[in-house]
Amino acid sequence: MRNAKQRMPETLALQSNAERRRPPRILPRIHVETRKLTLRYGPHVAFRDITLPIRQGEITAIVGPSGCGKSSFLACLNRLTDLFTDCHVTGSATLVGEELVGTEIDLTSLRRRVGMIFQKPNPFPLTIRRNLELPLREHAVSDRHEVQSRMEEVLRAVGLWDEVHARLDTPALRLSGGQQQRLCIARALVLRPEVLLLDEPCSALDPISSGVVEDLIHRLRETYTLVIVTHNLAQARRIADHVALFWVKDGAGHLAEHSRCRDFFESPKCELTAAYVRGARG
Amino acid sequence: MRESRTDRLLELACWCSAFMVLAIAGWILFDVMGHGFRRVDLNFLLGSPIDAGRQGGIAPILVSTVLILGVCMTVAVPIGVGAAVALSEYGSEGRRATRLIRASLDVLAGIPSIVFGLFGNALFCRALGMGFSIASGGLTLACMALPLVIRSTEEGLRSVPVEYRHAAAALGMSRTSTLVHLLLPAATPGLLVGLVLGIGRALAETAALLFTSGYVSRWPTSIFDSGRTLSVHIYDLSMNVPGGDGNSHASALVLVALLIGINLTASLMANVWLRRRIRT
Amino acid sequence: MNRNRKTDQLLGVLVKGCAILAGTLLLLVILYLVHESLPLLRTTGAGRLLTDSAWRPTSGQFGLWPMIAGTLTVTAGALLLATPIGLLSALFCRCYAPRPLGKLLRRILELLAGLPSVVYGFWGLVVLVPLIARIRPPGASVLAGILVVAIMVLPTIALLVDAALESVPADYSRGAAALGMTRWGALRGVILPAASSGIFTAVLLATARALGETMAALMVCGNVVRTPESLLDPVRTLTANIALEMAYAMDLHRSSLFATGLLLALIVTGLVALAEVLSPEGIDA
Ligand SMILES: Nc1ncnc2c1ncn2[C@@H]1O[C@H](COP(=O)(O)OP(=O)(O)OP(=O)(O)O)[C@@H](O)[C@H]1O
Ligand SMILES: [Mg+2]
Repeated sequence: MRNAKQRMPETLALQSNAERRRPPRILPRIHVETRKLTLRYGPHVAFRDITLPIRQGEITAIVGPSGCGKSSFLACLNRLTDLFTDCHVTGSATLVGEELVGTEIDLTSLRRRVGMIFQKPNPFPLTIRRNLELPLREHAVSDRHEVQSRMEEVLRAVGLWDEVHARLDTPALRLSGGQQQRLCIARALVLRPEVLLLDEPCSALDPISSGVVEDLIHRLRETYTLVIVTHNLAQARRIADHVALFWVKDGAGHLAEHSRCRDFFESPKCELTAAYVRGARG
Repeated sequence: MRESRTDRLLELACWCSAFMVLAIAGWILFDVMGHGFRRVDLNFLLGSPIDAGRQGGIAPILVSTVLILGVCMTVAVPIGVGAAVALSEYGSEGRRATRLIRASLDVLAGIPSIVFGLFGNALFCRALGMGFSIASGGLTLACMALPLVIRSTEEGLRSVPVEYRHAAAALGMSRTSTLVHLLLPAATPGLLVGLVLGIGRALAETAALLFTSGYVSRWPTSIFDSGRTLSVHIYDLSMNVPGGDGNSHASALVLVALLIGINLTASLMANVWLRRRIRT
Repeated sequence: MNRNRKTDQLLGVLVKGCAILAGTLLLLVILYLVHESLPLLRTTGAGRLLTDSAWRPTSGQFGLWPMIAGTLTVTAGALLLATPIGLLSALFCRCYAPRPLGKLLRRILELLAGLPSVVYGFWGLVVLVPLIARIRPPGASVLAGILVVAIMVLPTIALLVDAALESVPADYSRGAAALGMTRWGALRGVILPAASSGIFTAVLLATARALGETMAALMVCGNVVRTPESLLDPVRTLTANIALEMAYAMDLHRSSLFATGLLLALIVTGLVALAEVLSPEGIDA
């Protein structure tokens, strides 16, 4: 609640952050970059030839109609695609220059560096504490104090500490939807990733929880590089630095426009964007 | 008009069939229970058979039965769980092989038990030199129980939502710890139900044991002794021992009671499990 | 991290090993049966084994025909009895029974399906056989076998059909009712066709079970090696033959019993394969 109230003036300002933070810094360096990235499920092409640079310490929002391959695109960036049956990725995606597509990289450390949040909150059916401990143990952080302090740190960062510190040993599934989603974000943060991929993190939440989570995401900017898929254009406008529009052409997704947030909403380069922004407004 | 008459006739036929099933079930159960009831007491359960089983009890037979079931489950459960994990978690790595293995397990589940008996006799008793023994019988039963254990474990694993797998992978968790910390705990209830059903199936088995674990009704001293199970005991008393019907009835009562107990346990467990899954 | 990867690899190898072991078990069974029956197949040949009607193992005559005839009669008779009753009871559970009664019946069917065959055999021996003996002694006969095996496969059919009916979407029957169809009309026109492959699978699996049934047949059929001429004649089935003679069979005689087992295994494999092809998503028996 408290967070939601804090957020209000920003919302009313209807002004993108990129703008408010003027004068601009030096352009941040490119953190993740895809070149001609194409993904197929069997014979079906989900998206084709996506070339998208993602800058460090910024929020890049991906918008577009359902089924244009946004989730699939995110999954390429942490190689979650390895889990999908019949999924083939071609082209190139790099994390600080390191090639991700088709290479024998260490998936464990890749996923430690690139965290992911899903649309539906998916805490494990364990206690809150175990939810945070498990990934830490997995990455060889087993010192009791270290675990404890990191747990507190991330729970504070996501604003859950006050709400749950007294019941860390209760099942995570008893938390509310918004709390669960924040726990999932904490679970990703506890590994200290560089990049955070968020796939419609607010769409399963009620407006208030959604606001709290959005706020949280906004605060994570600069510490992390964030890529967020959202159907909520107002949200994209509020928090994003760059916006990418995916569109379906000939049954496959492609990148229709990628520009700075303000340009995207106020002077879009392409007709599609203009229509999409207008349509969503009206 | 014609239609509605057929409708009536069908309904009548359905009621008749259902009544028949109930009547037969009642007849069998009451016959076995009624005759056996008078003879089952502590002496029967704790005594050794006397005079080829006409008198005395079934204690050594119960012990052999438990030993055979023990051997069966110790072998079938680890292999079955391993195979189920491979089929459901690693299945996409070799889809042809997975399909082939599933099909072969389906066939295996349908093979008559007497054929398993032949196989067990040839492989365990003869080729591996275990002779007529509890070990041979248990291993033969393990082959029979394997498809059941695999299927129920798979069912349990399938009930784990794919979101957990994705979340675990996205956190960089290894397959082993995903399995140990998330999948197996979630699959355990299904596995337990399967285990109990498997025990029931093995307990009911006779034909596969006739010439693998043998007929000996003495106290077994090790698993390489021959030993007869309760079901073999019933068969032997009723077919080969004139005047053995009384104790045969009593043994049948014990066997049926055990099986009913096992079935109830399984369905109770399944219910509790279901309720818990709905709640969370 | 490296350690994790090694554990993962080890686990992969381990579980795949289990799967391969489980998958090759069937092959192993068939191979052993072939291996053990080879001596006889070499000397006698499969054709004579199946068609000869003289079974005199002591003098080297191994004709299985009387036993094959016995197995076929018992199986066919049992299915003829059990299929309609099983089907009707399943329909009763799904469509006609008041809720609690349907539930009770299903429970009872599950119980019957789990009862050991030796108990059925025993019941047949002490109850049915004396009853039939009143018509014509000795009572242990094809008829007794048919009745007992029918009772045994009935729950299999009923439960599988019940499951098949359950998987027919409720919309179908509701849609049919909305069209003003009678129950019978809905059944014949909509529900039974939708469940037909499931019903067929049920009958196939019940056939496999009846063919392979040993204890009940052994205990109530009389076990005389003779091609049966009437329902009241005693008969010996293939499975009973194995169970009776395995204990003392040697050499070619033993080999002939394994050949019998091989025959049964192959028939069942065929039946299950057929059921697999017919059912949309594998079998859940
Ligand atoms: N596992 C899969 N197997 C086959 N096809 C898939 C799979 N996952 C997604 N697809 C297909 O790929 C395309 C892109 O799917 P994706 O989930 O990436 O879309 P999306 O943009 O995230 O949609 P939404 O906004 O609804 O989440 C769709 O046409 C979808 O049908
Ligand atoms: Mg999506």
